[in-house]
Amino acid sequence: MMPAEQQVLPVLEESAGTRTMAGSSKRSDTPAVVLGGLHKSFGSQVVLDGIALTVQSGETLAMLGRSGTGKSVLLKLIIGLEKPDSGSIHVHGQEITRLDLEALNAIRKKMGFLFQHAALYDSLSVEQNIAFPLRRHTKMTDSECTDRVKQLLASVGMESDLKKMPSDISGGMQKRVGLARALALEPDILLLDEPTAGLDPITSGEIDELILKLQEEHDMASIVVTHDLQSAKTIADRITLLHEGHVLIDGSFEDLEKSDNEFVSEFMKRDS
Amino acid sequence: MSHNASIPHRLIGQDAPPAPSLVRATFTVLWTPINGFLEWFGELGLFSWQVLRAAVRRPFEGQELLRQFDEIGSKSLPLVALAGAAIGFVLSLESRSSLVHFGAQSMLPAALVYSIIHETGPIVTGLVVSGRVGAGIGAELGSMKVTEQIDAIEASGVNPYKFLAFTRILACILVLPLLTMAADFCGVLFGWIAETAAAPVSFQRFVSQGFAGSSFKDFLAPTFRTLVFGLIIGMIGCFQGMRTRGGTAGVGLSATSSVVLSSLFVILADVILVKIILVFFS
Repeated sequence: MMPAEQQVLPVLEESAGTRTMAGSSKRSDTPAVVLGGLHKSFGSQVVLDGIALTVQSGETLAMLGRSGTGKSVLLKLIIGLEKPDSGSIHVHGQEITRLDLEALNAIRKKMGFLFQHAALYDSLSVEQNIAFPLRRHTKMTDSECTDRVKQLLASVGMESDLKKMPSDISGGMQKRVGLARALALEPDILLLDEPTAGLDPITSGEIDELILKLQEEHDMASIVVTHDLQSAKTIADRITLLHEGHVLIDGSFEDLEKSDNEFVSEFMKRDS
Repeated sequence: MSHNASIPHRLIGQDAPPAPSLVRATFTVLWTPINGFLEWFGELGLFSWQVLRAAVRRPFEGQELLRQFDEIGSKSLPLVALAGAAIGFVLSLESRSSLVHFGAQSMLPAALVYSIIHETGPIVTGLVVSGRVGAGIGAELGSMKVTEQIDAIEASGVNPYKFLAFTRILACILVLPLLTMAADFCGVLFGWIAETAAAPVSFQRFVSQGFAGSSFKDFLAPTFRTLVFGLIIGMIGCFQGMRTRGGTAGVGLSATSSVVLSSLFVILADVILVKIILVFFS
């Protein structure tokens, strides 16, 4: 068996090649994420029952579905926080389900994850939260780190809140900080778990605009789990609807609107 | 009168379900807690292995370790010192009346020092730190678990077993002997204050009488057995915290179980270690 470093090295090189700086359109032919026959159960409850999906570099996929259909679980599987019962997960061509922790951590550094409730470290300030991955995975000096944090906070419109604690800022601001933290290491893949959940329509719109702006600047592959159809329509290139552990619809928003499937119609009707 | 008279008709005949076996029911009642207990130990073993594996790999998280020294060590010092002082004071008062009764009040410094250094200092420190630090670690990590902060650490490519667990466990192991020495010192000091209030004696004389029959070895083994107490407190606090399920109720449960289990295991370890020390160091 190959040592972890050797297994990861091609991926890192490939990721470095595909990483696009602001405004660049250079993309790899290898899909960012490929899921094959993914099964996941919790006890007797089958959550994912043979999910197969491909997300290309630079593409934004919105994942819709009823609560409890395994959308968040799917994101956690992609970043390795959960293990599938069976099936494969390829990230930039690298199968990650059988990797050891060190190799998996190397892959995780190329991904950014925004949790549903932001999951900011409540004992650390906004600045320290964003600096957390930078201090651990880069050789930046303190001043370089502070500059990078300021730059990231400016990109999410929160440059004046550097020293605040997570408990002192609103839910929408926490999401922005979470987004800045997810972007800290310039990821190739961004995983967003309900970025607009629990926010008022205006703040939701601002978060959507922010995601679009960041997409244009960083050109990452993004998977966005959401219940917000308007948000999905705004930010996504492609929509996937999960139902009873399967992919029911995989296409454009228009495909979703035109579908004559009873569940899809009901889903669209309830939200409109 | 037929015996079947009081039995409902639907239970009589071939279709009636078999009566639950008493043996099977008793076995289930007994097995469930035993199974839970064995499962808990199994998971603790697995957790310990993960921590041990993480501990030997870079980076060593020195900054977080220093922060934990402060959280666990410096901030526990006042409480431990106060507990040691109170125990020394009370022991001195209680021992004096008994020793005077037998005309052996000159033995008081030696009795007090022996008692504090051999048993009271280490066990009081262990239990006080179990209460303060065990609950703190259980609640902090439990709250981090239910708010997905531990997942966020893992998702950013940092090993939570090292960053959160190993740093806390190592800090507990290293600060416990130091806190025990502080408790011992405060115990002897306040024992002397209580004694000198009844029959004035200089601190130097009190200490020299107290340590007259003791050697450095007598001090070393009991103090260093608190390394094991530290391991127990840190390990159980982190384990209970990181396996928290549910919301705030789960966090409360983790904090309580951390204190209860770590106190229980500190007392059990004390019994075992005292026997070992008596066998190998006496």
